[in-house]
Amino acid sequence: MFEQWNGFKTGIWSKEINTRDFIQNNYTPYDGDDSFLVGPTEATTTLWSKVRELMDEELKKGILDAETKVPSTLTSHAAGYLDKELETIVGLQSDKPLKRNIMPNGGIRTVELALKSYGYELDPQTKEIFTKYHKTHNTAVFQAYTKDMRACRHSHIITGLPDAYGRGRIVGDYRRVALYGVDFLIEEKLADKDQLDVSPMTEDVVRRREEIAEQIIALQDLKKMAEKYGFDISKPASDIKEAIQWLYFGYLGAVKQQDGAAMSIGRNTTFLDIYAERDLKAGKYTEEQIQEFIDHFVMKLRMVRFLRIPEYNELFSGDPAWVSEAIGGLGIDGRHMVTKTAYRVLHTLINLGPSPEPNLTILWSPRLPETFKKYCADISIKTSSIQYENDDLMRLHYGDDYTVACCVSAMKVGKEMQFFGARANLAKTLLYAINGGRDEMTGEQVAPEYQPITAEYLDFDEVMAKFNVMMDWLAKVYVDTLNVIHFMHDKYHYESLEMALHDTDVERTFATGIAGFSVVVDSLSAIKYAKVKVVRDETGLATDYEIEGEYPAYGNNDDRVDQIAVELVQNFMNKIRKHHTYRNSIPTTSILTITSNVVYGKKTGNTPDGRKAGQPLAPGANPMHGRDVNGALASLSSVAKLPYRDSLDGISNTFSIIPSALGKTEEEQINNLTGLLDGYFVQAPHHVNVNVLQRETLLDAMDHPEKYPQLTIRVSGYAVRFIRLTREQQMDVINRTFHNHF
Amino acid sequence: MKGRIHSIETCGAVDGPGLRYIVFTQGCPLRCKYCHNPDTWKLHDGKEADTEELITDIVKYKPFMNASNGGVTISGGEPFMQADFVRDLLIKCKKEGLHTAIDSSGHIALDKADPVLDYTDLVLLDIKCYNEDKFKNLTGVDLEPTLAFAKHLEERNIPIWVRYVYVPNLTDDAEDIENLAKFLTTLNNVERIDILPFHKMGEYKWEQLGYSYDLHDIQEPSIDATNTAKAIFEKYNLPVVG
Repeated sequence: MFEQWNGFKTGIWSKEINTRDFIQNNYTPYDGDDSFLVGPTEATTTLWSKVRELMDEELKKGILDAETKVPSTLTSHAAGYLDKELETIVGLQSDKPLKRNIMPNGGIRTVELALKSYGYELDPQTKEIFTKYHKTHNTAVFQAYTKDMRACRHSHIITGLPDAYGRGRIVGDYRRVALYGVDFLIEEKLADKDQLDVSPMTEDVVRRREEIAEQIIALQDLKKMAEKYGFDISKPASDIKEAIQWLYFGYLGAVKQQDGAAMSIGRNTTFLDIYAERDLKAGKYTEEQIQEFIDHFVMKLRMVRFLRIPEYNELFSGDPAWVSEAIGGLGIDGRHMVTKTAYRVLHTLINLGPSPEPNLTILWSPRLPETFKKYCADISIKTSSIQYENDDLMRLHYGDDYTVACCVSAMKVGKEMQFFGARANLAKTLLYAINGGRDEMTGEQVAPEYQPITAEYLDFDEVMAKFNVMMDWLAKVYVDTLNVIHFMHDKYHYESLEMALHDTDVERTFATGIAGFSVVVDSLSAIKYAKVKVVRDETGLATDYEIEGEYPAYGNNDDRVDQIAVELVQNFMNKIRKHHTYRNSIPTTSILTITSNVVYGKKTGNTPDGRKAGQPLAPGANPMHGRDVNGALASLSSVAKLPYRDSLDGISNTFSIIPSALGKTEEEQINNLTGLLDGYFVQAPHHVNVNVLQRETLLDAMDHPEKYPQLTIRVSGYAVRFIRLTREQQMDVINRTFHNHF
Repeated sequence: MKGRIHSIETCGAVDGPGLRYIVFTQGCPLRCKYCHNPDTWKLHDGKEADTEELITDIVKYKPFMNASNGGVTISGGEPFMQADFVRDLLIKCKKEGLHTAIDSSGHIALDKADPVLDYTDLVLLDIKCYNEDKFKNLTGVDLEPTLAFAKHLEERNIPIWVRYVYVPNLTDDAEDIENLAKFLTTLNNVERIDILPFHKMGEYKWEQLGYSYDLHDIQEPSIDATNTAKAIFEKYNLPVVG
């Protein structure tokens, strides 16, 4: 028993690592309103204006500063500060704010290219080390790739594979650092390693022993990292300030070690609130001080940066790190888990202004307190910076201590990790099915040479039969590609710190993904309910389609087509399930594209739904814009039909509305948005992004970005500063369903 | 029962309380110069709809209506142009326990309206202007039936939300607005007044339909202007919003 735990109710957690048990035994649900919240302190305002200045400069230059020689590790760089005197929570990824580190374990060519694109040159010695003496993940993956895998990558039917940088989507239980201190965590890992002295000494056991050894080193390094800032984190945190600091050190270690595609932070508000309540009661800190700690913590999370290549930025705009933080939800015992600290974290959107990061995610249930639901709706209307996920749905699968990795992917904190796997373009797959495996843009034979469709008009049954065969092929290549990637990632770019903050026996999911979902659904509907004539070029390649008659489009709550959508998810998921997945992970899929729908669209030819070549696909599971003609609730209800059990990695849906269409008065707008979320989530959908914005504001921001430095919008599964999108992506957002009834 | 509708909107948030399923019916006796739905004027345009199918669709949105204290609004066009059809739909809505509203100009014979009003919880009453001549010039019909309808609703204890479209040069006369306010004080069923600033989002429809749009040169009003109108209603202690 540590003295830092005085005042806490003991339980299983006090004998073994069990953060959930600590939370459930000690937290105080809060049913009141937001009137206790306080504004920013002077220090907060000063610090934030410094960050804003740096961010403005960063925007002009592309990146502010970059390391060119020393690969980033937990201890590679000296302590960095924004303003040492004013910061109550400290720690930067590098020795200077917003400076980008290099992580060549992922791939040295990526590092070199990224540096070059911003005018920096990689140190020749570092290059030599990672070319000659130390293999990278990227090199290893390409050694093992098959011809099919390379072809799929080249034709962009599979895109965004984490084969040249960190895979991400692993969320350490950073709370453990605060609750137990690092020494206790090391002891537990040592015990786990001893336990693994088993026979036979299989390849799997050897690997796990090596991994635990790496985890222990990472924990020791984490202490050294904190020491550079003058903190001893070997023991538990003793108050709210330390709890935030310890927790943040855990996270900081992770983002120093890994440049994962998404580096989420977990589910921390209920946990931290226990410390805040204890200190408030004891008179140790005031509300002003606690809010200041939270503001400074969140400010740090807004400053997480990774070095990316321009191609990556085109896919996922705006420097996302997906520092997702899950807030709210209910416990298994029926008590809601909203605390004052949930409010405090959301309140940073007011104290510091709107922001895409951290990616604040409300775990919604109609049973959350009304006051909190209204507060969330109000913050959404004011900032468009939060997203909502269905707690009632996810609690069934993941219990009450899960969080969201990346945009929408649920996982149990510290107990579950994911092998992240980008997404396959099913719209292109459908075109391959029609063209016998030839690419509709290049004419190249990418997939196996199956018999193409030669009929003048597409027949639904014939198309489905061929589409199924093509999806079978794609699923196999896709899963195998991910098997290669994750084998090599574990070997060459292992997340030793993040995994040190997991149980040693961890559950693993294997996350595939779908792009072009609504294009495929509408194409199949057109083929089934209208007549679709094929236009072919002189080589017989189908290059365009003419639709005769009308077809029911996805997004109108019309079962004729929505059923096609449901079956498509189930069908694709079942094909994925047929294949062996690395480390016996559980296969899942997602319908989630982030901003990549624009790039995917560019690389996809004319489709049978009437979409023209190059036009963006709809983001995530959204219906194609302009086709959902019955209003927003019909659109939401169509998406709500997609079965979560067959898309456990997440189904993302973005809802945008102008404020005046949500009601005339502020009170009405809040009431209607709350009602919309309640009405939506009882239908068992997974997720919704909410944007409440004027179309004119966005148009003005395109021409005058300097006026809107903090304008934030939600796109499929994440938020982004609008001015950091490419012009094409900006246009896509504006053209997309702005539900605008008049 | 079959009727003709223009479209439906599942996410109506400004046509009555809460989130509402809106059915835009086809046909209107008025020809308002600022109309933003001129494509609903002709009874035989639009598409055929069946009340049975509509109610099947409507009940899908009960979770939203329940959660927001919303309901169903019949708008148009002028719903009373298809009184039997609308009545049949409202009966079905009431059977489902839904709150019902009608968005009307009030240009309807009272005996024709009553069977529909039997199933109506709220009327959104568009009073286009309170000056008889201007009203006729603006809409092509007389003002008097609308006022009679308002009084009739009072007698039947059906609450009214008055909607007043504020159009510069057309309906912005302070005296006309004042007279309207005075009239409204004589009614005890006015729950709310919405001032709707004129907008031109429907102009493209006029062009598409080949009608000539008289208000092309009129600008959308400033917030100050609509606030002046609002102040007039407030002076009479009327529940004005907007």
